[in-house]
Amino acid sequence: MTMIFGVPVQALLGQLLIGLINGSFYALLSLGLAIIFGLLRMINFAHGAQYMLGAFAAYLLLHFAGIGYWPALILAPLIVGVLGAVTERLFLRRLYDLDPLYGLLFTFGLALTLEGSFRYLYGASGQPYATPAALAGGTNLGFMFLPIYRGWVVVVSLIVCLATWFLIEKTKLGAYLRAATENATLVQAFGVNVPVLLTFTYGLGVALAAFAGVLAAPIYQVSPLMGSNIIIVVFAVVVVGGMGSIMGAIVTGYMLGIAEGLTKVFYPEASNIVIFVIMAIVLLIRPAGLFGREA
Amino acid sequence: MRDIANDYVMTGRFEERGWSNLNRFSLFEHFLWEENHMRNMLLASAAIFVAGAFAANAAPSDGRVKIGILNDQSGVYADFGGKSSVEAAKMAVEDFGGNVLGVPVEIVDADHQNKADIASNIARQWFDTDQVDAIMELTTSSVALAVQAIAKEKKKIDIVTGAATTELTGKQCSPYGFHWAYDTHALAVGTGGALVKQGGDSWFFLTADYAFGYSLEQQTSDFVKKSGGNVVGAVRHPLATTDYSSFLLQAQSSGAKVVGLANAGADTQNAIKQAAEFGITQSGQRLAALLFTLAEVHGIGLEAAQGLTLTEGFYWNRDAESRKFGERFMKRTGKMPNMIHAGTYSAVLQYLKAIQKAGTDETAAVAKVLHELPVDDVFGRGGTVGANGRMIHDMYLLEVKKPSDSKEPWDYYNVLATIPGKEAYIDPAKSGCELVK
Repeated sequence: MTMIFGVPVQALLGQLLIGLINGSFYALLSLGLAIIFGLLRMINFAHGAQYMLGAFAAYLLLHFAGIGYWPALILAPLIVGVLGAVTERLFLRRLYDLDPLYGLLFTFGLALTLEGSFRYLYGASGQPYATPAALAGGTNLGFMFLPIYRGWVVVVSLIVCLATWFLIEKTKLGAYLRAATENATLVQAFGVNVPVLLTFTYGLGVALAAFAGVLAAPIYQVSPLMGSNIIIVVFAVVVVGGMGSIMGAIVTGYMLGIAEGLTKVFYPEASNIVIFVIMAIVLLIRPAGLFGREA
Repeated sequence: MRDIANDYVMTGRFEERGWSNLNRFSLFEHFLWEENHMRNMLLASAAIFVAGAFAANAAPSDGRVKIGILNDQSGVYADFGGKSSVEAAKMAVEDFGGNVLGVPVEIVDADHQNKADIASNIARQWFDTDQVDAIMELTTSSVALAVQAIAKEKKKIDIVTGAATTELTGKQCSPYGFHWAYDTHALAVGTGGALVKQGGDSWFFLTADYAFGYSLEQQTSDFVKKSGGNVVGAVRHPLATTDYSSFLLQAQSSGAKVVGLANAGADTQNAIKQAAEFGITQSGQRLAALLFTLAEVHGIGLEAAQGLTLTEGFYWNRDAESRKFGERFMKRTGKMPNMIHAGTYSAVLQYLKAIQKAGTDETAAVAKVLHELPVDDVFGRGGTVGANGRMIHDMYLLEVKKPSDSKEPWDYYNVLATIPGKEAYIDPAKSGCELVK
């Protein structure tokens, strides 16, 4: 068997693929975070809780309405996205003119409240959510046993990431959005309803988090703490990619997922800090992040 | 951010590193103690006058018996024991009749958030100002060790049902401290030793990268080897890892017959769920969770947990008596009891029986009876208590049923073997406890 650094190539291929799968979640989540930060200049600390809400929405839809995975994949992000938009209208909007710290504190408080409520209602152990029948089982790739569902996660998250990037960078709506962040007053003077745009943007970012939550439900426990486990890593991804850079967030998400996967082969004990080590190095060399513009 | 802090607290769970935590707070606690000490002296001198008036009364000192249930009610172990344990304690009081020696029995409870310092402060307050006579449950080894030390200093009784470390009845044993439901040794003997006898003779460990994981892996490895098996490898994963696929692939390629999970709580749940996804059990490998209870099996569901082997000190569907207890518990809490819930019930009941027999709630007298009185209730059938405070009772090696074999809700286990208490627990004479001569 061919070896690289004392590790069989087959094992390495398996770990690369797994890194890519985890990277999909990082990419989806950091994308939403980057959009919100890029356009609203708001650090959305509730992102992890909104990811958790997405998973719970899927779980609740199944248990109370009998709505399965496929409709939930659309419905749950929609519901949570609308909730996000309402939050923006009622609360966040009042914080735009204040120090960014207020937004951070508000969303952090919101995250704690949401997690606490769900922990009270559903317990800390979480609830199971079955893999949809069409994606159950796995296939032997020769170098590893790939659960079909995980393959699906990679494909669908890649599509959603690229579609979101396209929406923001290549469409007229995206152009309005970007213009509104550069100079809101001027854009408003041209007859564009900027407040509605911002509400839409926040809702979109939140919906992306919820979408990732639904994707994660069959893999992890649907648990109140699932968001806080991943949110710190996602923040690191956004920092490494460059705050507010859409493509940067996507590419960095996948890259760091792979870096983490490889660490698990060579030195597993370091696997949950490797992302932060990379973040520290990037900040030293390129403070604006890999894809960020120098302010 | 708070959860990073929480995760750190989890490292304090079950393990010695909790002590570094303790030391940091010890100075602070010392001042607190000094202050309390002064106050106590004043209170004591006042009490002497009062006591003189009632000296002839043999009934409990303050007109009631108060038992404190101190456990995790909001964190990752909230389902493991939590509020349901408080309900179990109340059931025990009701079954005993609500009174002992003619005075009412009261249950109080608090959430220690898995932090040894918070638990210590609550314990001091309970003992010093709230007239709590005994503290029970004490989930998390670092918390249990800290509170047991305080109880020893204050000459009060503690009965641990929620924590795992054998230290509680080993080097750090207390004349007033008892360890009731299970410990790391019993888990290692049960799952490690018994599985080898059933043909699972080569092991690969997935171990949480901190002291609790190491000691569980170490103790289990010992039993695997002693029983004629061998350990082919181990991988250390960081605490609170969410994705285990990488480690599971390593376990899969090791070719070991048994994959031992030397971790706890959410870590074990995620590992098991993902093992099902990667076809670990379907491909003939056996999963052994070293610390897992009915509450966690319920959490991940039979589909993912089927085929899992584990050790518990109680199963509600064991016989008619346990079923009756289980159903009563179910009515009050909406779930079936695991060994922590049933253990807390048993501990409270036995404590009340001991007060009854001693004719007083005075600590030394009650502790003496607790050491001598055989345990015979729904949990600790035929149990005895060693001089080191260890309650020695049978444990069960259990296998999680296939969904198709489960006949009713919460019908989760096949009982593979009963492990006699003498095999499951360390012989008190060899425990390293100074109280055993």
